[in-house]
Amino acid sequence: MQHLAILPILVPMLVGILQLLPPLQSNIFRQRVSSLLAVLALLAVATLLLVTSTSATQVYSLGGWTPPFGIVLVADRLSSMMVLLTTVLGFGALLYACAGEDNTGMYFHPLFLFQLTGINGAFLTGDIFNLFVFFEILLIASYALLIHGGGKQKTQASVHYVTLNLVGSAMFLFALGILYGTLGTLNMADMAQRVTLLHPQEAVLAQTGALLLLLVFGLKSAMLPLHFWLPRTYASASAPVAALFAIMTKVGVYSIYRVHGVIFGEGAGLLADVALPWLWPLAILTLIIGTIGVLASPTLRTLTANLVLVSVGTLLLTLVVGGAGLGAGLYYMLHTTLVTGALFLLADLIGKQRGKAEDRFVPSRPITQGGVLGALFFIAAMAVVGLPPLSGFVGKVLILQASNGSAGMLWVWSLILLSGLAALVAVSRAGTTLFWKVSGDPGDSPLATRLQLAAVVWLLLASPLLVIFGGPAAEFTEAAAAQMQLAYPTVKEMMNAVNQP
Amino acid sequence: MEALYALCVGVLTTCGIFLTLRGRTFPVVMGITLLSYAVNLFLFSSGRLSLNGAAILGISTHYADPLPQALVLTAIVIGFAMTAFVVILAMRARADLGDDHVDGSAPPEKNGGRS
Repeated sequence: MQHLAILPILVPMLVGILQLLPPLQSNIFRQRVSSLLAVLALLAVATLLLVTSTSATQVYSLGGWTPPFGIVLVADRLSSMMVLLTTVLGFGALLYACAGEDNTGMYFHPLFLFQLTGINGAFLTGDIFNLFVFFEILLIASYALLIHGGGKQKTQASVHYVTLNLVGSAMFLFALGILYGTLGTLNMADMAQRVTLLHPQEAVLAQTGALLLLLVFGLKSAMLPLHFWLPRTYASASAPVAALFAIMTKVGVYSIYRVHGVIFGEGAGLLADVALPWLWPLAILTLIIGTIGVLASPTLRTLTANLVLVSVGTLLLTLVVGGAGLGAGLYYMLHTTLVTGALFLLADLIGKQRGKAEDRFVPSRPITQGGVLGALFFIAAMAVVGLPPLSGFVGKVLILQASNGSAGMLWVWSLILLSGLAALVAVSRAGTTLFWKVSGDPGDSPLATRLQLAAVVWLLLASPLLVIFGGPAAEFTEAAAAQMQLAYPTVKEMMNAVNQP
Repeated sequence: MEALYALCVGVLTTCGIFLTLRGRTFPVVMGITLLSYAVNLFLFSSGRLSLNGAAILGISTHYADPLPQALVLTAIVIGFAMTAFVVILAMRARADLGDDHVDGSAPPEKNGGRS
């Protein structure tokens, strides 16, 4: 139990390394089984971590070095929730990939597990340099996964994606250098304390560092002026990879929560809420551009990618609203990640059965399995747009309620409702074109296998479940947000927690 | 020393950013490499510059901050791996797309076809 906090990193990493060795390496069946077993084990670990984190925050000091000098992993409510979310999404994507998508290139399974390692690590770490390291792990896995299967479109999207992220990594290191030079520490809890004692002369430097970090996380989360890579990258990735990528933008949002919501949050003395004046307009613009993108998308995949952009805008808006808005935002994050993941998978299934038209919104031959896919698409569309009774509705209502009476109420209400309306128009138009504007006979296109459908259903099930267990879920996210803002363990508490056997 | 050091980092960063904004993959890779050199130097200086300081406490009264050295080491390793990847990707893009332009093909020629 003592080592629970590091297992979400170790399990996928070790299994991923094992898969590179002979008995597993050349046999796709063994790779599939070992990957699925690893992710199932991760599901168990993540659930256990979530349960224990509600009673006490787990602090794990790597190598037994005491914080703030040693590197720590901190599993509080928020990070264990994010780990569970990653694992649930990863399981769905992996199931889908096992139906044949993983066989189009080499080393899909190890790369997939390494990516999970990176994402889990980024959520768990309590040290900002380690956050950089895990970002790089998840990025290098994502570079290789993006190009998996090959093809012109993927190569071209990768060139942009890789270059942008490498420049982003350089900016990240510049920011870390500045922050270390001014604050003298890289432990997030310690930074949050030291930032209050900052000398006015150094405050300007630290502010530069903080805003550079906002730039980096904005790039990862596809915040407005830095969002251009997203629609193309996500639309060209293979379906399970795109589904897994649905969590990647959330890693950026999560980092903004942690760094700009806590370290440079309200209690940061001279640098209190340093990013807030920037976040307001950027969140609003991201939402607007995402909504326009949703309306203008020519294919189902681009549509879904733009829906990811809308969700990022909404999440940033909840950060700006603050207070109860954060809890509502976290609930919305659970919903939107899983549903957009499912939509990416569905887009692939639909596209495969439409012959040359793929998932473009043009009249074409009927879909072979129109009934099943249509029903699934209908549910996914209702959830993602936010129609009752599914989780999108609950999430949006929670956000609207939380923004009641706050300064930006007008913006939040009008933007979220309007973007919902636009998304409704776009997905209903998409649905009618894809399923009803058909002529001729269905061709002999590949049928969706049970495994693929199971993967989509697994991800979509989250939406009704989040409504049925809406009360506990919303309470949990509320508590997680409150804990993040108020009770992130201080260094002293961390040291106490570590010293206990 | 500080001024010279800052000048080096500044020049490297400027050249790096200029090159990454170019249109073809080779200058972009060079630019990323220069940028990562600049970053490593910058990180190294974040623990203050000192001459002849051992990075181990207790050896002498005059010592340098050991942490930036550890950070730079990590950053160098990661930087090399990423640069290697981007070089291979650039070669693959050249083969797949038949052009070394970052957009896959050079834009229609304007002002003398410079890109």
